Amino acid sequence: MEIKNEINQLIKNNDVCLFMKGTPEAPQCGFSMAVSNVLKHLNVNFRGVNILENEEMRNGIKDFSDWPTIPQLYIKGEFIGGCDIVKEMFEKGDLKELLTKHSLI
Amino acid sequence: MALSIKEITDLIKSSIPDAAIEIKDLKGDNNHYSAKISSKLFNGLTRIEQHKLVYKSLKGKMGNELHALSITTEGK
Repeated sequence: MEIKNEINQLIKNNDVCLFMKGTPEAPQCGFSMAVSNVLKHLNVNFRGVNILENEEMRNGIKDFSDWPTIPQLYIKGEFIGGCDIVKEMFEKGDLKELLTKHSLI
Repeated sequence: MALSIKEITDLIKSSIPDAAIEIKDLKGDNNHYSAKISSKLFNGLTRIEQHKLVYKSLKGKMGNELHALSITTEGK
């Protein structure tokens, strides 16, 4: 239960929250790097949560989102998706639209 | 342990029988794939729900035996 609360706090307190392998400055996986780069490209402030530092968080976020892979992006507390969905949304302009709608860029 | 294209196709087909599946082995290492999947079951679902259906068909292998499978889904 505790990890669930911690995740709830993270996505509540950070409008754009990316659960990733490594950090935005030093991603440890190509998929995490891709999403991190998309967010940087859009000039949006985001919190990167390095799940490699915390085994409980690594498993917890998968259960929390019912999603088996990392990275996972949350915007305004809502699960947006993993690398494929984020890239697709970025290419179609949907991600920029969503961030603009929430006044995050 | 890696999965072959046939194993991935069979797993997806077992849950999504009408799926049209196109899988590419991106690095020739049986470990990094991309899959394009279309099915009537995806109609009316969000992208997250579509991807979850595919993940469920892989029965827990995604993120374990199967490290990298990039997915594109569409309805029919």
